[in-house]
Amino acid sequence: MGVTDFGNVRTLPRIKIELDQTWLRQRHWSPFHWLLVGSAGLVAALILLVPTYLLLRVGTSWAEAWQTLSQPRTLEILGNTLGLAAAVTAASALIAVPLAWLTTCTDLPGKRFWAVIAALPLVVPSYVAAYLFASILTPKGLLQQILYPIFGIERLPNFYGFPGAFIVLTLVSYPFVFLTVRSALKNMDPALVEAARSLGLSPWRAFWRVTLPYLRPSIAAGSLLVMLYTLRDFGAVTMLQYSTFTRIIYNRYLGYKLDMAAAMALVLVVVTAVILILEQRSRGKAQYARVSIGVARAQTPVKLGRWRWLGLSLTGLLSFWALLVPAFGLAYWFWRGLNQDWAVKSLGAAQTNVDSLLLLVEPAWHSLSASLLGAGLAMLLALPIAILVVRRPGRLSRLFEQLSYASFALPGIVVALAYVFFGTNYAASLYQTLPMLLIAYVILFIPQAVGAQRSSLLQVSSTLEEAAQSLGKRPSTIFRRITLPLVKPGMLAGAALVFLTCMKELPATLILSPLGFNTLSAEIWANIGEAFFARAAAPTLLLLLLSSIPLAWMTLRNN
Amino acid sequence: MSTVTCHNLHKSFDDQPVVQNVSLSVAPGDILVLLGPSGCGKTTTLRLIAGFEQLDNGRIEIDNQLVADGNRHVPPEKRRVGIVFQDYAIFPHLSLAQNVGFGLKRGQSARVEEMLNFVGLGGLGERMPHQLSGGQQQRVALARALAPQPVVLLLDEPFSNLDAALRVEMRQEVRRLLKASGTTAVFVTHDQEEALYMGDQVGVMHAGRLEQVGTPEVIFHQPRTRFVAEFLGQTDFLPGEVTEHGVQTPLGVLPQTLPLASGTAVDIAVRPDDLRVLPDEAGNGRIVSRQFVGIAFVYEVRLADGTLIHSWQPHENSLAEGTAVSVQFAAPHELPCFYQDHIVPDKSR
Repeated sequence: MGVTDFGNVRTLPRIKIELDQTWLRQRHWSPFHWLLVGSAGLVAALILLVPTYLLLRVGTSWAEAWQTLSQPRTLEILGNTLGLAAAVTAASALIAVPLAWLTTCTDLPGKRFWAVIAALPLVVPSYVAAYLFASILTPKGLLQQILYPIFGIERLPNFYGFPGAFIVLTLVSYPFVFLTVRSALKNMDPALVEAARSLGLSPWRAFWRVTLPYLRPSIAAGSLLVMLYTLRDFGAVTMLQYSTFTRIIYNRYLGYKLDMAAAMALVLVVVTAVILILEQRSRGKAQYARVSIGVARAQTPVKLGRWRWLGLSLTGLLSFWALLVPAFGLAYWFWRGLNQDWAVKSLGAAQTNVDSLLLLVEPAWHSLSASLLGAGLAMLLALPIAILVVRRPGRLSRLFEQLSYASFALPGIVVALAYVFFGTNYAASLYQTLPMLLIAYVILFIPQAVGAQRSSLLQVSSTLEEAAQSLGKRPSTIFRRITLPLVKPGMLAGAALVFLTCMKELPATLILSPLGFNTLSAEIWANIGEAFFARAAAPTLLLLLLSSIPLAWMTLRNN
Repeated sequence: MSTVTCHNLHKSFDDQPVVQNVSLSVAPGDILVLLGPSGCGKTTTLRLIAGFEQLDNGRIEIDNQLVADGNRHVPPEKRRVGIVFQDYAIFPHLSLAQNVGFGLKRGQSARVEEMLNFVGLGGLGERMPHQLSGGQQQRVALARALAPQPVVLLLDEPFSNLDAALRVEMRQEVRRLLKASGTTAVFVTHDQEEALYMGDQVGVMHAGRLEQVGTPEVIFHQPRTRFVAEFLGQTDFLPGEVTEHGVQTPLGVLPQTLPLASGTAVDIAVRPDDLRVLPDEAGNGRIVSRQFVGIAFVYEVRLADGTLIHSWQPHENSLAEGTAVSVQFAAPHELPCFYQDHIVPDKSR
């Protein structure tokens, strides 16, 4: 599966910034090297602009900012945000680790099928999952309507707020842990467990004392992604009306209370950055778990025996909730949408269902073009950073890598906000133009892009480039004729992932899109905001299809 | 007149000196082998010559042209240096012909075919690298590096990925090819046997310094430092004390006079073929273990003073472990003696 590239998150650099003159140890820089450093510097500047601007903004209106932040409400929002992130992360790990183990190390029937199924929720945007679940699970939702005639249930428990946000975000983000843990399990040397068994441990004890400690770094890496996803999420919490930072920032922005929005955004960035740094610190000596290359033997699957039915029910139950329920919701609303438009037609309006589908062509084109350009630009700008990190390690390269990684701490809504401030005050000609949106995409997805390129570059031995150099070729020629052809498959897989995330992206797209530049995500958002679930279904279906095409293509090509 | 001249090379990584004060020169058509344990700086020296690393200090000339000193750094692509890597670095997405032709200008397919024939891969130009065995990949790497007629060829442990039998075959083949083409080469290895076979000159490196350069015979028989003696041949050291009549050792007096004051402590290098071992109840040692290596036995003998020494004996001289023996000097030549890790008499002082 092309999606499994999350494994490389494990080896992201530690955040530690050191400056000294060994930066310039390489005294003779070729023009190519200058180009790399210049481009990486540009990305660094784009990223740094966000916190810098927030700091300036908050600094100049410090009194107001303090007034906003010192209210008890801030503490409550902080509690909501952190509580949700912690709960979603814990639940994701609890779901994903057994699932990864079942689909990798056992003789579970159809385990390859289940592995693909289990990774699929990754392509579902959180706001889509949110409205589909909400339409089904709210007190008077579809489920209640199904249950009422049978059991006479008047209303289901409340879904909005914490319960909904927790369920929805867990079901769309557990694949991060699933994929990292699964890739670690696949690379695990079977001799480790065999050695433990030969030393007298039962299979169960061997799992606890060998396999689980071995998995710890990958669980941590996946969990970090889930936590960041939750902290950065805007769509689900806003749709489900749970007051975390992103929702409040957006509301302040809509109410033109920009100083308050900036103050809140700054707090969110600090919180996220603190979590990133804590995770890096705690990682410490976990390096031992770095997967060695080349496993000699295939693993012997654990025989589940009678337990296989339990395994099958667990995987089945999860797939039911994570995929079948939302798919049912989507199908239902799509069908309703078709009929609804017929109803409109019967009232004499000019719109037919075909017309309403045709109206989606323009947003689909906007989504596609912006995401293609965004993914292309992100990959292009990530490449110099990856080359510097892999081929010219040093203080400066490490600093660029850390900065690109640090943009994990910048949620979409925050980046969008900072660039709105910046655009309206200093770059009016850029404000609400496509380039501005693309810059936001680059900042948001640069860590993913650098990670993908870094791991594919690491596969290409540096001696290949040195051999070409000793044969008299210039660095740019070597890059074109040797490096690029070899890293292309990995880069395309990375680009497919970035493309997918661009398609799903909501807050930056909402805020920074040029006027009249309606994307599928904006279309969906506008409709679910008004609870027109039926009208949101067609663009949702289109979004899911279009954003999965590159991934599906990559997957099929690799097989 | 030499093809490569290095003068006082210095290189540090993160303030850790890796190459210190290395000077060497390679005559046209010669093969210089840099020999040493891992981490001794031999590969870094090679990469300094190739231009992949930048000098801190010193001077490198290739073909009488300055390519690097403290200020100047000619990039690798302009040095006319060929290199063969340990992992061969065959471009996996290019065919053999494209690999060999990579350093050539367009339209030199005759040269590509010539080089493929030269290394015994004629007619295989359309093959892809993954279809080749390790030995064939080695040949491609050599053909590719030699195709643009480099001034000097650098080889970085080129045989270490081959199995033992193929390694012996390839080193004969590569030496033959280098000599046939008159190529000047610098060859890096940690394998002493390979070094003695391949080199016209051998330089032994240790902790970033070049300890000794010379022909294989000189390096083997006249080591200048204790390290060189230890690294080449299975050398043991006997403690000795200078007296008027020679050197007093646990094996008796070695009749060599040294220009040192009586009573000076020295170490005497003895190789397994320098000693005779005879069963002797009243002898000066006892056999601790014996190893049968086919053509001979290697005995490990603990001497009365606790020193362990090794001795090769013809296979008919079969002695059981635990046998009391007398060990005697049996070398037809003088044995190297070291005072403070340097040879005595040390003419270089």
